[in-house]
Amino acid sequence: MPLLEVDNLKTWFHTRDGVVRAVDGISFALEKGQILGIVGESGSGKSVTVHSLMGLVPSPPGRIEDGNATFDGSDLLQCSQREFRDLRGKRIAMIFQDPMTSLNPYLRISEQLIEPLVIHEDASREDALPHAIEMLEKVGIRDAAERVHSYPHEFSGGMRQRVMIAMALITNPEVLIADEPTTALDVTVQAQILRLLKELRDDLGVSVIFITHDLGVVAEIADDIAVMFRGKIVEQGSALSIFENPKHPYTKGLLACRPRLDSTFIILPTVADFLEIVEAEDGETELREKEPDLKQPEPEKKVADENEESLLEVRELAVHFPVRKSLWRGASEFVKAVDDISFKIFKGHTLGLVGESGCGKTTTGRAILKLVEPTAGEIRFGNDFLQHLPPSAMLPFRKRMQIIFQDPYASLNPRLTLEQTLTEPMAVHGISKSHAERRDRAVALLEEVGLEAAFLRRYPHEFSGGQRQRLCVARALSLEPEFIVCDEAVSAMDVSVQAQVLNLLKELQARRGLTYIFISHDLSVVKFMADTMAVMRAGIIVEQGDAEEIYANPRDEYTQQLIDAIPRDSVKSIRKRVA
Amino acid sequence: MIAAKQTPGASLWRDAWRRLSRNRLAVASGVTFITVTFICLLGPFVSSFDPSKADLQSSYQPPSADHWFGTDGLGRDLLVRTLSGGQISLTVGILATAVSLVIGVTWGAIAGYFGGRTDSLMMRFVDILYSLPFVIMVILLMVMFGRNFILLFAAIGLVEWLTMARIVRGQVMALKNTEFVEAARALGYSRLRIIFRHLLPNIIGPVIIYATLTVPAVMLLEAVLSFLGLGVQPPMSSWGLLINNGAEKIDVYPWLLVFPAVFFSLTLFSLNFIGDGLRDALDPKSSKD
Repeated sequence: MPLLEVDNLKTWFHTRDGVVRAVDGISFALEKGQILGIVGESGSGKSVTVHSLMGLVPSPPGRIEDGNATFDGSDLLQCSQREFRDLRGKRIAMIFQDPMTSLNPYLRISEQLIEPLVIHEDASREDALPHAIEMLEKVGIRDAAERVHSYPHEFSGGMRQRVMIAMALITNPEVLIADEPTTALDVTVQAQILRLLKELRDDLGVSVIFITHDLGVVAEIADDIAVMFRGKIVEQGSALSIFENPKHPYTKGLLACRPRLDSTFIILPTVADFLEIVEAEDGETELREKEPDLKQPEPEKKVADENEESLLEVRELAVHFPVRKSLWRGASEFVKAVDDISFKIFKGHTLGLVGESGCGKTTTGRAILKLVEPTAGEIRFGNDFLQHLPPSAMLPFRKRMQIIFQDPYASLNPRLTLEQTLTEPMAVHGISKSHAERRDRAVALLEEVGLEAAFLRRYPHEFSGGQRQRLCVARALSLEPEFIVCDEAVSAMDVSVQAQVLNLLKELQARRGLTYIFISHDLSVVKFMADTMAVMRAGIIVEQGDAEEIYANPRDEYTQQLIDAIPRDSVKSIRKRVA
Repeated sequence: MIAAKQTPGASLWRDAWRRLSRNRLAVASGVTFITVTFICLLGPFVSSFDPSKADLQSSYQPPSADHWFGTDGLGRDLLVRTLSGGQISLTVGILATAVSLVIGVTWGAIAGYFGGRTDSLMMRFVDILYSLPFVIMVILLMVMFGRNFILLFAAIGLVEWLTMARIVRGQVMALKNTEFVEAARALGYSRLRIIFRHLLPNIIGPVIIYATLTVPAVMLLEAVLSFLGLGVQPPMSSWGLLINNGAEKIDVYPWLLVFPAVFFSLTLFSLNFIGDGLRDALDPKSSKD
């Protein structure tokens, strides 16, 4: 008998705009010691599923309409608040996405670790402490006996996630629910956490429900996979069978649309290539499989002409931020965010700038555009040197160099309509004579990025993340730039949306001869986009050169580590892992 | 929501007006406020009583057909005194709030956006003004410039903008590092354009809320000043003064408190709802059509 069996679970949200069927009749089973991966994109209902099991669905508007979830003979969906409290955190524990906010910053780690024991097992604080230290050691925190008395801010993100896991496991739960536990972490840290979870499963025999949007991660860790789409499980089976022989068109699309280190796509397939969503008259939707047309254009290798002058050259660039500063004296200490880096990019090429959080890649991009003031070094754009230009003299260059940011929700002014957002840059730079002319250009831009002209009068909040990022692209293009910095431009997106935006960026590059700096922490995405590549660590470039060449033969140890940390999702590696 | 309908308005203000006009509570409050204002403006001219003329024969009369709101200790008609006092209170309240809004928002936004040393200097100046005892400052002003009505606005505005500046500065600092502001910088927008077109509309919520709180604070402050003999002088009056005087005699002559207080509260209530309505109307996300 499975440890946890969910049958026909339905959780609906009754909102002002109608009923949202967040989870609509899903069933799955979890065996003892099994790792079940639930994969889906944002809004697919994967988090609502586990929140329903944990009694965390906000009600109203949420309501569990139907189904049962049998855990050790009792139905989780029927039990009272009291019974829930005994289960929750004790026999079923949960860890969350963001380790930075899931710990209380005002309490020592020891206090927070002991709390579940005090609550659930009536342990005294003195008895609980050795247990807490032992648990910290188990999740791989060195000098646990001393560090247990630290505050959360004294730990790094990865360490905090370890602490969260220790906290969840301290009452010896039978089920651990992990909701995107590695999404906020760097790849190398993610690899460590995944390894840790597998070890804990082997040592403690705990079952894990692992929720993620990242197929690579489930490929690395899960025994069984359930793929969720629009509140339903469209396909489930063993990890190997899903990856080797996906049956549902959505799964096929999802697997195909991810850029991977070992694939050679010029244009990424998208989910829409595999799946057509037909809206029937009664409001129900039907999914229809399509035969994908995955014809790829001829690969062309861009080779830099040695005699040609590069479009952008950065030499010995440094950006130092003052740490302590008083009103009268200057700063006395500095953080060297970027420290002496040099590179160049040729026209029409893409430079991939890769590194983990805090390595200085974002600061580099901003310094080139003079959004932060460089401390030293040279920035040559075309024939001009930008490093000493005052803001007013930057104006002509603003037209030629643009930037696209990570978070499409934060990078559009919520109070302006699309028309205002798109025409304002043109007005400021004196492009076109009349407003009508500018509006025509805005319409053309919208069409170019695949949006409708009718959207002009709408506000940003009416659009989805992917649409907003297209808008940001359109805004950047409104000045007809030659050069665009894409700062983690697709990092916050679902893979299917990411594929569309990446394709759009490539298409625009080909059509307009754009030059990109593509900043990302995701090596597979950079491999898809970039011609040349630079790997950054702690403010310096540790390796740069031809992108293919770096992936094939990384010379630097850190580059090697980064590549190794990418979850292995080839059928071969899954087979090896499962065997 | 992707499925929202296309909206006809083009600018934030036109859209805001459309949304505001659909907010029944805000519209009702707007009508109330305008009515109160008109009554206060016209009432004293229509009435047969003179607000400052004493008639000791008829002191402390309860409300009657002659004197709808009763009379005060000097036999003056309370209705006409409430209305003419309203003129003073409304002018002081709205003008001083407007003054504090303009100075405070500009000051705070510039300090917050420019940051660094500019910010330190501007905010230290605010701290210094904060630390000066208000009443002493007003007395000083009166001594220097003589007593006049305009000075009253100036003195009150001078105090009230400080908090507004701090609020706006905090909001601007929180917003200035968001990506849409960085995008605006990358697009080459000038600093003033960024502050006034991109930042301020996004912090309008807290600004309006605080402004609606400022109006009653200012009216009461005026009463305190007048009580100390620094504000409006008898025989002129204001709601704040009438309420102060009425409160002293509440157990004997309750109408002296009730009528001015009703006007005062009605105005504050409607201003609050107008403020709430404005805040929602100016937020495109709140549109529920």
